[in-house]
Amino acid sequence: MSRNDDQYKNGLAIEARGLVKRFDDTLAVDGVDISVPEGAIYGILGPNGAGKTTTLRMLLGIIDPDEGVRRVFGHDRPHEIAKWIGYLPEERGLYPAMKCDDAIAFMGALRGLPLDEGKRRGRELLENHGLGHAVDRQIRQLSKGMAQTVQLLGTLVHRPRLVVFDEPFSGLDAINQGKLEVMIRDLAREGTTVIFSTHVIHHAERLCNDVAIIAGGRVPYAGSVDAARDRIPAQVRLETRNEGGEWRSALPADARHDAKAADSHFWYFPIPEGGIEALLKRLIDGKAGILSLSIERAGLHDAFVEIAGEAAARALEEENEA
Amino acid sequence: MSHEHEASRLSFFEAAWVVARRDFKAILFSRAFFFFLLGPLFPIVVGALAGGIGGQVQREAVVNTVALAMSDEDNAALVAAGEAAKDTIGGLPRVAVIDSEERESEGLTPESLLDTSEFAVVVTGSLVSPVITGTPAQISRWDGPVALLSAMASGTAPSAFPEITERPLATTAAAAKSDRIRTAQAGQLLLFLLMMLLAGMVLSNLVEEKANKVIEVLAAAIPMDSVFFGKLFAMLGVSFVGIAVWALFGGAIGALAGSAMPSLPEPALGWPLFVLLGITYFAMGYLLLGSLFLTIGGMATTVREVQTLSMPVTMAQLLVFFLAAFAMTNPGSPLELFAAIFPLSSPFAMLARAAQSPDLLPHLLALAWQVLCVAIFIKAGATLFRRRVMKSGKGGRGTKGRIAGTLPGGSA
Repeated sequence: MSRNDDQYKNGLAIEARGLVKRFDDTLAVDGVDISVPEGAIYGILGPNGAGKTTTLRMLLGIIDPDEGVRRVFGHDRPHEIAKWIGYLPEERGLYPAMKCDDAIAFMGALRGLPLDEGKRRGRELLENHGLGHAVDRQIRQLSKGMAQTVQLLGTLVHRPRLVVFDEPFSGLDAINQGKLEVMIRDLAREGTTVIFSTHVIHHAERLCNDVAIIAGGRVPYAGSVDAARDRIPAQVRLETRNEGGEWRSALPADARHDAKAADSHFWYFPIPEGGIEALLKRLIDGKAGILSLSIERAGLHDAFVEIAGEAAARALEEENEA
Repeated sequence: MSHEHEASRLSFFEAAWVVARRDFKAILFSRAFFFFLLGPLFPIVVGALAGGIGGQVQREAVVNTVALAMSDEDNAALVAAGEAAKDTIGGLPRVAVIDSEERESEGLTPESLLDTSEFAVVVTGSLVSPVITGTPAQISRWDGPVALLSAMASGTAPSAFPEITERPLATTAAAAKSDRIRTAQAGQLLLFLLMMLLAGMVLSNLVEEKANKVIEVLAAAIPMDSVFFGKLFAMLGVSFVGIAVWALFGGAIGALAGSAMPSLPEPALGWPLFVLLGITYFAMGYLLLGSLFLTIGGMATTVREVQTLSMPVTMAQLLVFFLAAFAMTNPGSPLELFAAIFPLSSPFAMLARAAQSPDLLPHLLALAWQVLCVAIFIKAGATLFRRRVMKSGKGGRGTKGRIAGTLPGGSA
């Protein structure tokens, strides 16, 4: 997603500097700096246990940092602006005996929405999200996915300026993940700042303007997704019919070769200093038998490996596979 | 979606009200409330079974001394008869001899003796014609032993026993003390049972909340102090509903049973004020204990942990109850003062005072102190909860001493 600077009209929604949190002998978060522009979709990307939840909890004022400062819409104490914030924790929780509309209304009431209005909006939201038939059902009678949707709607019922999701995609099937992505984009389009944590790179890549990559309790990178990807030079992907010939001297010595078939050879290498046009001329003159040529930009995954290291990337992949 | 941010947060009490309203409704329409309503049946049954024994123990413990105010010779003869019979006859009174010289010099009469000292009865007259002064209950209890001892002392037993002259009094110092102690004991016991019942309920309510994982939603939206406050007051509200139901049933049973119902002696402050103070001390005692239990519930993650953590507090509360129960028999003593000041025993000790002493000022001071303690307990519990409980996310559990993921060239 390309960044639309027009959205960031009001400055920063969240600003954190040097956040540190220790739990007994565990250093959970070690000097985190984050700046979330208002109106952005911001991802906190990292493996489990990297400090994502602790960081979010500090940003929301659920726990206080041992060191550092955080400001949400310029306020040091996030509880002071609780009505502006919606939060969906990683461990979803609703009262099992409550009816769906009551549950949504209760969550709204916690954020200052009058109960009757919350109930009215709750019914409306449930209708709009295909759960109109479940309005009067108790939470305990719902499937896990439906209960998650109810909690999500409860997070949004008071129309917050900032929505914080902790691992919002976990536990959702592919269809509901898609719906959630649409919902997040809609929220941002309406001017809501969305910040979410995830260990799934493609969610962050597809949705976010900006990301903070977190590993080992630190944030080695915080900035735009584009800038993260640009840290790795673009690669040329060349497919030729021939394997050898005079044209080979046009390729860098360390070009990676991958033969798919006897008459299909792939070559990967950085863009040469002389540029693509000069390269193309030499390939044509040398009769390489060009089948395709493309310039491939690094993905966020490559950027993550480059920034956070192999171990963190491996942990991320293992969690995704699990 | 249009944003709404006319005011940025709920006040402390508004936030507490949101929690209290939900909890109140949820508990009121739960099975737990039904069992709560049945709760008093247990102490009533146990009390009825233990009543006889308790009553006897109380009579023995409070007043069993008979004052002898006959002639010095008759007194000595009766004491000697008692000494001779004590190994073969049970149920004889302890005796205190008031000699004639003391009676004359201080102008002591049976009435003045009973008003200033804690004697069961005073025996005057002579061995052949004893006169017993005391409350009707005490006279009825001691006239037999006094007649027996008088007959033994005058040598007429077992063929003839003297006729006892009774001089009944409406009340005596000993009777008043004994009666008010009964009222205080009843009040303390009721307070203790209710508090334990409610504190247990508030504890399981919070544990259930943690099991439902709602607690983080609450903690993110409103201060934990408000959560604790709301929960405590919701349960208090539930208890008042329960008390109202019991009062209705009790009143109905009382109206049906009429004079057959047992009655408690009037407390020193009078019934209306005593009941008002009883309700207030019940509320304060519950809030004090409940805030402690909430802190425990907040720290625990499983029912087993709750049981482990709450057991010492329950035992300690039992000790505190015993302390207050013991201290009330010695009004004004350092122990009673300690029981009145120590936050967890203060409601019990002060309720006993309300039964025994007509002073109102100590109650105002005690209530102010208890309110302060409740505020401190709630604040401390909420702070502890925030520091100790929200430690990590789902993935972070069990990563003690390390952080998942490593930085290139960095240490984790």
